[in-house]
Amino acid sequence: MILAALPRLTLALMALPVLAGLAGTVGPALAGGGAGFRALLGWPGLGQAAALSLVTGLGSTLLALGLCLLLLAALYGTPGFAPLRRLLAPLLALPHAAAALALAFLVAPSGWVLRLVSPWATGWTDPPDLLLLNDPMGIALMLGLTVKELPFLLLMALAALRQDRTERLMTVAATLGHGRVAGFVLTVWPGLYPQLRLPVYAVLAYAMTSVDMAMILGPTLPPTLSQQVALWQMAPDLAQGPLAAAGALTQLALVLGALGLWRGAEALGRAAVAAWAVSGRRSVWLDAPARRLALATAGGLWLGLAAGIAALALWSVAAEWRFPDALPARLTSAGWTAALPGLIPALSATLMVALAASLPALVLVLGCLEAETRHGLTATPRAMALLYLPLLVPQIAFLPGLQRLALATGAEGTWPAVAAAHLAFVLPYVFLSLSGPYRGLDARLSLAGRSLGASEQRLFWRLRLPLLLAPLLTALAVGIAVSIGQYLPTLLIGGGRVVTVTTEAVALSSGGNRRFTGAFALLQMLLPALAFGIAIAVPRVLWRNRRGMRA
Amino acid sequence: MTLVLDALTVTLGDRPIARLSATVRGGEVLTLMAPSGAGKSSALGAIIGSLPAVFGVTGRVLLEGADVTALPTRLRRIGLLFQEDTLFPHLSVAGNLAFALPAARPDRAARIAAALDSAGLSGFGGRDPATLSGGEKARVALMRCLLAEPRALLLDEPFSRLDAALRDQIRRFVFDRARSLGLPVILVTHDAEDARAAGGPVIDPFGRSINP
Repeated sequence: MILAALPRLTLALMALPVLAGLAGTVGPALAGGGAGFRALLGWPGLGQAAALSLVTGLGSTLLALGLCLLLLAALYGTPGFAPLRRLLAPLLALPHAAAALALAFLVAPSGWVLRLVSPWATGWTDPPDLLLLNDPMGIALMLGLTVKELPFLLLMALAALRQDRTERLMTVAATLGHGRVAGFVLTVWPGLYPQLRLPVYAVLAYAMTSVDMAMILGPTLPPTLSQQVALWQMAPDLAQGPLAAAGALTQLALVLGALGLWRGAEALGRAAVAAWAVSGRRSVWLDAPARRLALATAGGLWLGLAAGIAALALWSVAAEWRFPDALPARLTSAGWTAALPGLIPALSATLMVALAASLPALVLVLGCLEAETRHGLTATPRAMALLYLPLLVPQIAFLPGLQRLALATGAEGTWPAVAAAHLAFVLPYVFLSLSGPYRGLDARLSLAGRSLGASEQRLFWRLRLPLLLAPLLTALAVGIAVSIGQYLPTLLIGGGRVVTVTTEAVALSSGGNRRFTGAFALLQMLLPALAFGIAIAVPRVLWRNRRGMRA
Repeated sequence: MTLVLDALTVTLGDRPIARLSATVRGGEVLTLMAPSGAGKSSALGAIIGSLPAVFGVTGRVLLEGADVTALPTRLRRIGLLFQEDTLFPHLSVAGNLAFALPAARPDRAARIAAALDSAGLSGFGGRDPATLSGGEKARVALMRCLLAEPRALLLDEPFSRLDAALRDQIRRFVFDRARSLGLPVILVTHDAEDARAAGGPVIDPFGRSINP
């Protein structure tokens, strides 16, 4: 039966491009007796580029996980948590490049923050000569990565936390005299972290190897290793292929090393938490500062998101905006008019690729979940690890190989090939988004249907699908958002000929035309927002007379 | 030690769901009896201070004459035994007890060993809580509760998951402990046999006397 085999087929479909891409990277890296590696070792920036990758990756992951723990420990279950929860979806839907550009428009030497405090507080009448962006330490890059990874970790944590059990553990800790933060860290976190492990590893692998964020926020001389590999891979000089492949494999080894390091640190963390727990210290003093810090973090995220969008929007219509002015002197639509001829094809290519990747992803995921229901299959830990494979293996490690395969088959540079590459990254997120609601469906409803004589087919089409309309549309929106955010697969598999709003926004960001950049980044932001808006609105309209269907 | 509920009233919207006035002296057991979900757990939440904000609470909770109504749960020092297994699964049995023992107490290991001895659980310190029987879990949970040095004890149907033979034994174990420590105890249950075994007054969530 096809349905029963679908989960395996889907996993194969996701693992195949990763493995084929890796194989396609190993070949050229080893060709000519390791000429690629010799060239790589001859590159003077190698040590620093590798160190940057490690520091920005580990640093931002640690920061994002720490803030995630802080926000949960200080605010989970309190009224202060509600506004934070509402912030998660828009922050998640925000493509990495758009977030990086928004951050850049805020904190650059000529950015909005310094304009607002100049010259009255700083005395500056010209943009200061400070390396606030692209700083050689990668601090701006770490900040950008943290802002994007924190909402993802929070969402995964919220999906894993069972509210009743969490509240009971916190109450037990409180009746024994423990502070709120101690209660959460010592009783809830030890059970939560193992469920967050794979998402954390995915975050670490991503943070170490992100190319689009590094291009906008990261250091330049040298850049992070991944960014340099992407530059080599995109070079018209084909002789750099082995060099790029060797760099990609080195980056993969770095990621594996960092994952091993993290794994070791987990054991230390566990021991520290256990030692704290048995010390009997109530640590009540932590609660007040933790709460203040958590509220400040949540407020900062809100403010940063709003200000970032406003900055992009303002710059896209600014006619004249001299340095210390807080607002542009004049507004113009000239930027948009000039960008329009480029915007429209980019927009249609983006949407085409996004739909061509997320619709099949949704069908496959639905099929897998339906197979679970009908055949009593369960997702094993190994299957879950395989599901995360495209998120755990850095894109930069297998996309060069995949690009070579695409070139060999003549698929390179076509939008279906780009969509097929996106599918591998879209699928895991669609699965993560839909599996919870699907498995959470009240089984008694299906049982009631079955006892009325309905076939499994009928139950699926007439019962489960309509009941799941809202999560289905949300999962589709997640898929669309993930596809829109993809930079490296679009760039490499598209061979530079499939231009989306994302590749265009990143390309423009180095050109210094803020009006164009603002317009493209804003569109990049609006498209996923629109998808989520539809996913929220349609069920509301359809179920307006069904109180039981309102979430 | 004495626990006083002074017109302690819980409301949900305009609807009162519990109203209690009672004095429980050290070593006494007051039983609050009602069918499942009828104001019992919210009355309990009001006493330990863990009710969500949707509930309204008026009246006072007094412990040894001091008003604790405004204090957060962790400062009330009212021990709570749950119906469910709430031993921390990531800590050993001794780790669970150490979690409860205040940090300033000297001879931690000896105190924990003594607590285990007195519960008939000598040598259980290194065990994984998941490997314990129901009765053993219940005894560890009580010892954990007592090591935190509570001034009163609340029992939230802690016997309902035990089988009949064990239930009587654990019930006696808990009540004897509380009596010897002079702790006021409030037992929340829907089980008439629990109420009779407690030996004290039995009331419903509105303070009316019940004959179990």
